[in-house]
Amino acid sequence: MGGFASALTPINLLFAFAGVLLGTAVGVLPGIGPAMAVALLLPLTFGMETSSALIMFAGIYYGGMYGGSTTSILLNTPGESATVITAIEGHKMAKAGRAAQALATAAIGSFVAGTIGTALLVTVAPIVVKFAVSLGAPSYFAIMVLALVTVTAVLGSSKIRGFAALGLGLAIGLVGMDPVSGQSRLTFGFAPLVDGMDIVVVAVAIFAIGEALWIAAHLRTSPARTIPVGAPWMGKEDWKRSWKPWLRGTAYGFPFGALPAGGAEVPTFLSYVTEKKLSKHPEEFGHGAIEGVAGPEAANNASAAGTLTPMLALGLPTNATAAVMLAFLTMKGIQPGPLLFENEPDLVWALIASLFIGNTLLLLINLPLAPLWAKLLKIPRPYLYAGILFFATLGAFSVNMQVADLWLLLIIGLLGFALRRFGLPVLPLILGVIIGPMAEEQLRKTFQLSAGEVSGLWSEPLAVGIYVLIAFLLLLPVLISIIRRKRGTGSDVAEALLGENAAGGDQTELAEPAHRNEHSHGAGRNES
Amino acid sequence: MSEVSTAKKKRVELLFAAFLLLVGIIVFVDASQLHVTYSQADVVGPKALPYVVSGILVLSAIALAITVMRGNLAEGEEGEDVDLSQPSDWKVLLPLIGVFVLNLLIVNWAGWVISGTIMFFGAATCLGARRWVLTLVISLALALGSFYGFYLGLGIKLPAGILSGVL
Repeated sequence: MGGFASALTPINLLFAFAGVLLGTAVGVLPGIGPAMAVALLLPLTFGMETSSALIMFAGIYYGGMYGGSTTSILLNTPGESATVITAIEGHKMAKAGRAAQALATAAIGSFVAGTIGTALLVTVAPIVVKFAVSLGAPSYFAIMVLALVTVTAVLGSSKIRGFAALGLGLAIGLVGMDPVSGQSRLTFGFAPLVDGMDIVVVAVAIFAIGEALWIAAHLRTSPARTIPVGAPWMGKEDWKRSWKPWLRGTAYGFPFGALPAGGAEVPTFLSYVTEKKLSKHPEEFGHGAIEGVAGPEAANNASAAGTLTPMLALGLPTNATAAVMLAFLTMKGIQPGPLLFENEPDLVWALIASLFIGNTLLLLINLPLAPLWAKLLKIPRPYLYAGILFFATLGAFSVNMQVADLWLLLIIGLLGFALRRFGLPVLPLILGVIIGPMAEEQLRKTFQLSAGEVSGLWSEPLAVGIYVLIAFLLLLPVLISIIRRKRGTGSDVAEALLGENAAGGDQTELAEPAHRNEHSHGAGRNES
Repeated sequence: MSEVSTAKKKRVELLFAAFLLLVGIIVFVDASQLHVTYSQADVVGPKALPYVVSGILVLSAIALAITVMRGNLAEGEEGEDVDLSQPSDWKVLLPLIGVFVLNLLIVNWAGWVISGTIMFFGAATCLGARRWVLTLVISLALALGSFYGFYLGLGIKLPAGILSGVL
């Protein structure tokens, strides 16, 4: 409750409001996501209260989801993989003249899921913290490895490219002075590199410069046309068809978001498949079924709340925005991890309270104002992308006023371009940069505790469980392909593993939910 | 898609795999040159992680090369404003990078207001803006606005350069 008191101070309310406005705007605008927005704002927050800045970032994070669904419904070009499903059904609804209802079910569903998700965060996070403080370095190291392996090998379409991105990220994280031995690694004699690469510069380069250059090189000559829309509203029938998918979507979204692997794609996909199966109008799916918007949108927002659980309780980011927010905390000299709740209770609870407030604000500014937001889509693209470059340069430069930082920005920005060109996912890279050094620290602590014995790595039961899980996750694709080959003989296991995916579509998508299911069982057991 | 362009795409991707390999080797060589004295308190030492990272990079470079040779080519990242039916447009990209480099070369001498104006104007023009006056007005407004905004709002003094007496 103290959290509400500090979140409700006029200045923090103002920042929450600024955050949700900015978040909705960047969600609607093509080419900018919440991760980029938070990265671009990092330099501005040096002089700000930590809690105010964090409240603003949380607003951006939640707001980005609302704005993103507006774009995918009206434009049919999802900005991120989590809104692909929304685009499928939502755009069909918009085309059939039901854009207002699609936007309404998305916004209200997001509100419901976000509020329940945040309430779950309040309940679950302290339990995880209580459990986490008893964990030692071996378990932490194992959890971090699990997070890196899952974002790399389980999400994304190409594992090889995922590992390549992870390697590059870890390499960037290595640059600088080793804190234990005092040796300089990968600095090549450049003095500015000894302190490590400034995380602000890396984040801005990867998210803003890389993205802007990539889009610039492939800019559509005629931007896609948007469907005009009035104020969102829903009829009685729409409410009746929406409320159950909202709740089911929330039930999928939160646990997936809270797992060390994070990710909103899988729960949105699962929610879509479930709704299709349970619907009384399965024939409407693919032609604009409202359940197909309500469920996945709720799943998306609930997973956003879920993602904050490992971030606040363990100091472990599992998506890009959380990673940048965590970098911000570290920059401010706050040690993320299970002690965060104990050391900075005001900060944590103000942040959580601001999530409730932000969610309500978002509903208020999104429902009546959706047509206004849609106008943002008309911004001339040359100005939009020139603006991103301008503010990225400004932000990276203002941190240290060093031209060397701008060279670094360009080089890593070009790397960001190459990632997008060669199909390397961005997430493993940015998590490698941030989790890499943390994992190294835990690894060294582990060996220090065990006096150099390798067995120290599996000296805690949780660590053993996690390594088994990692091995299982890595081997699962092999297992599935063996089962597939034997499928002709009518294996029950194959049916169980593959059955629910039958509605899915292509092969790469098929393998995924099966993984994640196993994964959620495993991690659930570990956490309880 | 003609066969020629597929072959060319393969070559470009193999080049990227070579880049990964190179980074992996650099990480390895750099780590091998670290001097460590054995210490009971730090058995792992500063070399272990770089070796692992180098391993990940080298292995994924080799694996990438193999899968590319087998014809498994990369798909570029999709986005709202991205049109993947065309290859990367170097006529936009190179001038854009040029504008960026120009800014970082002259920012301290000319000052942020001038270099920023040139950068935004140049970038917007590269990207297809054709309303010169409007573009110039926006560029100036952004550069001046950010200069004073940072100075008054955040206390950060961006370089004023040759305009230092004026601003």
